[in-house]
Amino acid sequence: MNVIEVQGLHKSYAETKAVDGIDLTISQGEIFALLGPNGAGKTTTVEILEGFRKADSGSISVLGFDPSQRGVQSRIWRNRIGIVLQSTADAGDLTVQETLSHFAKYYSAPRDVDEVITSVGLDEKRGALIRTLSGGQRRRLDVGLGIIGSPELLFLDEPTTGFDPEARRAFWALIESLRKGGTTILLTTHYLDEAEALADRVAVITRGKILEVSTPTQLGGRASAKARIQWKSDGVIHEELSDNPTEVVRRLASQFPGEIPELQVVRPSLEDIYLSMIGEK
Amino acid sequence: MIAIGIARGGLEIRQFMRQRESVVFTLAFPIILLAIFGSVFKTTLAEGVTFSQYFVAGMIASGLVNTGFQQLAIIIPMEREFGSLKRLRGTPMHLASYFIGKSILVFVSMAIQVLLLLAAGIIFFGVKLPTDPYKWLTFTWLIILGSAASTALGIAFAAVPKSGRGASAVVSPVVIVLQFFSGVFFVFTDLPGWMQQVAAIFPLKWMTQGMRSVFLPDSFATREVAGTWETERTFMILLAWLIVGIFLAIRTFKWSRD
Repeated sequence: MNVIEVQGLHKSYAETKAVDGIDLTISQGEIFALLGPNGAGKTTTVEILEGFRKADSGSISVLGFDPSQRGVQSRIWRNRIGIVLQSTADAGDLTVQETLSHFAKYYSAPRDVDEVITSVGLDEKRGALIRTLSGGQRRRLDVGLGIIGSPELLFLDEPTTGFDPEARRAFWALIESLRKGGTTILLTTHYLDEAEALADRVAVITRGKILEVSTPTQLGGRASAKARIQWKSDGVIHEELSDNPTEVVRRLASQFPGEIPELQVVRPSLEDIYLSMIGEK
Repeated sequence: MIAIGIARGGLEIRQFMRQRESVVFTLAFPIILLAIFGSVFKTTLAEGVTFSQYFVAGMIASGLVNTGFQQLAIIIPMEREFGSLKRLRGTPMHLASYFIGKSILVFVSMAIQVLLLLAAGIIFFGVKLPTDPYKWLTFTWLIILGSAASTALGIAFAAVPKSGRGASAVVSPVVIVLQFFSGVFFVFTDLPGWMQQVAAIFPLKWMTQGMRSVFLPDSFATREVAGTWETERTFMILLAWLIVGIFLAIRTFKWSRD
């Protein structure tokens, strides 16, 4: 079953085409990442799917519902989704616990507040006022508020911006646990390693259009891209590109009596592929 | 919807109480004003009517505007700028629950302010409370109708400030000018005629006049513009502003900046 189905999505602001004909299908339980430079149309696309903006044209179905509709149906629909916005900075005069318990009241089947606090790693900050939290802790609270209603579909807009590496790993583990629970997740991110670690499929957007939708390992022909083999002999670094790196390594192994000096076999990283796709390389 | 609105009210009050600046500004400022004006103007306006007595009536009416209109027209643009409104919009919460929460916040902060003002007036400036139950009835509906209209108009006016930071600069002058025009700081009938006529359009003039009818002796009514308290008219005008306010609040409410 498809959780999100979008066809021919268009949205313009004044003269600029923010979204210029996007098609997207995301199935249940999938973690889908939208990649693209700033101003590529990621946030506009996501905000249309979240029902915050109205598309100029295109057919949109999110959990079988048109997000631009209003009224009772819309609230029943919102009960089934969770949204983590790019940035929210409340005045912060409530505690973590108070805020989560209150938001839990909005939903028909909320998750247990203590369980959510633990899962976003804020146990020690339970009774702390939000304004005393660090940036990363606030972000984790944002995620907590996004999942408190046990959503079937979770939107995460650049969730780990400003995290240190350790917090990012902890966050990834949280997303993995949501995946096991069957939550469908639409993620936008700047971090290629994040997309690679989490996403089942990624879409690259630039100038309002999708360039490619693929798995992280196959994006931009990555799986079949030539590997670069590098080694040192006679004090000089040698390099060779090959479709059959094993062949090359075998050949080198027969040339050298012991270790091949400074041997490296490198496939292009997702970042290399991504940068070449959006024309930055 | 109503239960969540009440829960929001509790949350709003808790937030309000934790912001020292807002507590001081909203609750203590009117008392400071009363202290200043009560000490400066020691005149007696009529038999048994000190300036402090006249001024308390005006300050209570102002309290309805401060805790409702002014407070909301400043807080809501900030919530919009911080993104907390957008976050609420992403939940199944009904907009009415948000309005109910704000109304509760206004009502509670207003009740505290009125009690403090009356207490300070009685203790330090010899303000006398009315004994006539009819006057207390007027007082009650003025408070309810006045704070409801003030709340609705505050939510409506919150659409005007472009940014959260600039909201106070947009809203406060409106309120202060209105206070001068409506006879809060001066005796209304001493003001120039055109000022009186402008003030008569807005609800604050009617709230202060209504509060005077509660706190001043009936003999003083002859000193009003119309020569009477115009109680029915006050009721109708405040009701009209409430309806206009609710209509505008629903029509103009903006969840986010764009």
